[in-house]
Amino acid sequence: MDYCPHTSDDIAQMQEAIGVGSIEELFADIPQKFRLKQMPDMPASLSEQETLGLMQAMSRKNIMPRVTLTGAGAYAHFIPAVVGHIVGRAEFYTAYTPYQAEISQGVLQAIYEYQTMIAHLTGTEIANASMYDGASAMAEAAVLCAKTSNRSRIVVARSVHPQYRQVLQTYCWANGYTISEIPYVANGQLDVAAMQRALDDSVAAIVVQSPNFFGCIEDIAPMADAAHACGALLIAGFTDGTSLGILKPAGACGADFVVGEGQSFGNPLNYGGPYLGVFAAREKFLRRIPGRLAGATVDKNGKRGFVLTLQTREQHIRREKATSNICSNEALCALAAGVYLAALGKNLGKLAALNIYKTQYLKNKLLQLEGWKEVFSAPVYNEFALRCPNARAVNAKLRAEGIIGAYDLQKDYPELDNTLLFCATEMLSKDDMDRVVEIIK
Amino acid sequence: MELIFELSKPGRSTADVSASDVPVVNIEDVIGRQYLRDDLDLPEVAEIDLVRHYTNLSRRNFGVDLGFYPLGSCTMKYNPKINENVAALPGFTGLHPNASDEFAQGNLQLMYDMQKLLSSIFGMAEFTLQPAAGAHGELTGVMMIKKYFESKGQKRPIILIPDTAHGTNPASGALCGFDTITLRSNAEGGVDIEHLNSLMTEDVAGLMLTNPNTLGLFERNIEQVAQIVHSKGGLLYGDGANANAFLGKTRPGDLGFDVIQLNLHKTFATPHGGGGPGSGPVGVSEALVNYLPVPRIVKNDPTYSWSASFPDTIGRVRAFYGNFNVIVKAYTYIRSLGTEGLTRATEMAVLNANYIKEKLKPYYDLPYDRVCMHECVFSGNRQVAQSGVHTSDIAKRLIDFGYHPPTIYFPLIVPEAIMIEPTETESKETLDAFCDAMIAIAQEAKENPQRVKDAPLSTPVSRLDEVLAARKPDVCWKKP
Repeated sequence: MDYCPHTSDDIAQMQEAIGVGSIEELFADIPQKFRLKQMPDMPASLSEQETLGLMQAMSRKNIMPRVTLTGAGAYAHFIPAVVGHIVGRAEFYTAYTPYQAEISQGVLQAIYEYQTMIAHLTGTEIANASMYDGASAMAEAAVLCAKTSNRSRIVVARSVHPQYRQVLQTYCWANGYTISEIPYVANGQLDVAAMQRALDDSVAAIVVQSPNFFGCIEDIAPMADAAHACGALLIAGFTDGTSLGILKPAGACGADFVVGEGQSFGNPLNYGGPYLGVFAAREKFLRRIPGRLAGATVDKNGKRGFVLTLQTREQHIRREKATSNICSNEALCALAAGVYLAALGKNLGKLAALNIYKTQYLKNKLLQLEGWKEVFSAPVYNEFALRCPNARAVNAKLRAEGIIGAYDLQKDYPELDNTLLFCATEMLSKDDMDRVVEIIK
Repeated sequence: MELIFELSKPGRSTADVSASDVPVVNIEDVIGRQYLRDDLDLPEVAEIDLVRHYTNLSRRNFGVDLGFYPLGSCTMKYNPKINENVAALPGFTGLHPNASDEFAQGNLQLMYDMQKLLSSIFGMAEFTLQPAAGAHGELTGVMMIKKYFESKGQKRPIILIPDTAHGTNPASGALCGFDTITLRSNAEGGVDIEHLNSLMTEDVAGLMLTNPNTLGLFERNIEQVAQIVHSKGGLLYGDGANANAFLGKTRPGDLGFDVIQLNLHKTFATPHGGGGPGSGPVGVSEALVNYLPVPRIVKNDPTYSWSASFPDTIGRVRAFYGNFNVIVKAYTYIRSLGTEGLTRATEMAVLNANYIKEKLKPYYDLPYDRVCMHECVFSGNRQVAQSGVHTSDIAKRLIDFGYHPPTIYFPLIVPEAIMIEPTETESKETLDAFCDAMIAIAQEAKENPQRVKDAPLSTPVSRLDEVLAARKPDVCWKKP
């Protein structure tokens, strides 16, 4: 394929206007010894039909699962048809970052609406236009807390998503901050006593997640109190965003920052990306948070309009003094999230309830299997951990039936041997779940 | 326009939820009252209202499909539709990232091939596809530089950054704990070699260089620059934002770059979505391969698998593997264009930029008058002096002519900068019409400056009060 519209006449006329005899002359600044004659090891071009054939064949090398039983950071949810239609409008998806507000009111207003819905859902006052994903949102919140407090230690719950902790580790190492991990107690919640012991005036922030990686809902308020008592801040993550449709959000329990993965809101699984990092905070942090912010203002006739605002926080103005380097975010994914949330409206609560029904059903069915036991007793949303006689054998059986099995917790928690983390969303029918139990049996 | 919240009416909804096919449980019993939220105040709108709301919003937005978008350094080329169709194939969209590798062989092969293709195009030893955007790639690249010196036991606290650099460069350096020192440009817009010589010591970890730089100029002394940096044991970092200028013409790896980050949403035609998603792969030379983020794809013919067993890695920079669906689009683009198509894309991009430069030269100041690469940078100085019309006014007036304005006030070393990047997918007719508009505005600035200062006149809102937005921030709507 070739998307250049130039005819040979065009090229000749343009060369003449420029005053060169050949295209090659335009590349004269590249030292001759570094000039390529030909791109090495590259395939030849393909027609559109050939391209589609090639890519269809590649996509078919994946096995499309009949059922997906894992969540652990990404969640299979039904996406209403309107989401794809809106996000597929070229006015939105072929635009760049809205630097020119007068011709970008569409995306700016949509993002302002997204920010408003996210702040409400998370129980905070403000939210930004999105971060890369849940993990980087959490890491950036921690870096922000350390940078602005001149404290250098981050305390993180071991029950936070293992990959999120790895990202946190990378960002903290790069900035010279240290991390302490806090264990969980027998019921799956954070060990509050251990957290208290870990706190001192070197701690910039406590990082927790609710529901946590095991699916357990945490009691946020005492953590916020403990953090604030020692001058630290509380960063609370979440797992599946739809849980916010029914659970009391961390922002309403005193958390300073609520961060997490927004993929559940109208974005396909896409094998891990693009997703969007939800970043919400108390109003007092407005001038310090990273990322783009759409803000309302008026034009010179007093008409409401929207702009990218508080840009003096950002890298392109503050350069080396910025607390974050984020530039592009995940605007189109945030647009999808906004459309999704507006489409669901109060039905997000019903959807969350349905997730709970499905989860309770699957959990109870699996617990009837011989040798299967509940690992944690704390309440859960749509994920739960069960110990079974042979976790690997269970997933192998499921895989043979084209089912993506549960997340094997032993990978990240050596003490949780033969322990599987299941996820049940509205995408699982009763028949699916009955069949899963039959296969495992 | 009304906000979605202002359209809301209790009792309406768009998306319904299926009835439960499993027993309904009492939520308070299984969760506990204390963990449940008190209210859920999301918009309540019917599907037709929702669709009209967002469709009307989209009509207040400008994208490449609507018209010319010469936003410098952003490479707003046409986004081929076939790439969207491919990326929407259920085999690519439907797979969970925790699926075991058996399920994902197609995805793994695609990502592995993509790494190899990028390595060939850019002359690097290896690529990671994990970073989510260009700036994320910069951060990843600088982290690898930090790790490289850490593992050698060397303390090198400084990174050099030219005065023409993108703002993300110094921010990325600072976020990895480096002090940044600004390297001056010389009179012809390149690196000031003497200044580099004086700054480059064994305290310096490296130089972050954009080549071609943000003036659209290729660094003629690149060999000498690389030699100076390397002679003191430093590393040369390449910001690949401007990679559209040299595909098939030269390779950063051959020029001496040790790290380069790309922006797939610029060079490889994936749509930018109004601010993302992007994708920021990072390529490295042999010396840095061990520090790449994990997990990495390992090929064990004929299958592929993920592996995290690389002890020297910097770790992870995000969850899962990268903006996979964006990578699918870029891979499709590279395969469909192939070696001839990519080379022609670069040639036409550079031809287009030079054509605009020549046509506008009589009407706007051109601070660096030499052959440019994929973009050219003018200054609005003459217009300011003549009639007080600023570059920002010229930009706003272009909107009335149906164009997205160029990048303005960047690079910082050019006062009143106007940075024009036409890209290769624009025809001579489009460029001629755009230049006619720029010339008409230059004329208007002389004859009727107020008209230019009042622009835009054709948009749903006129110039917005940014000072008010910053002084009294309103980033979330509150119920009246």
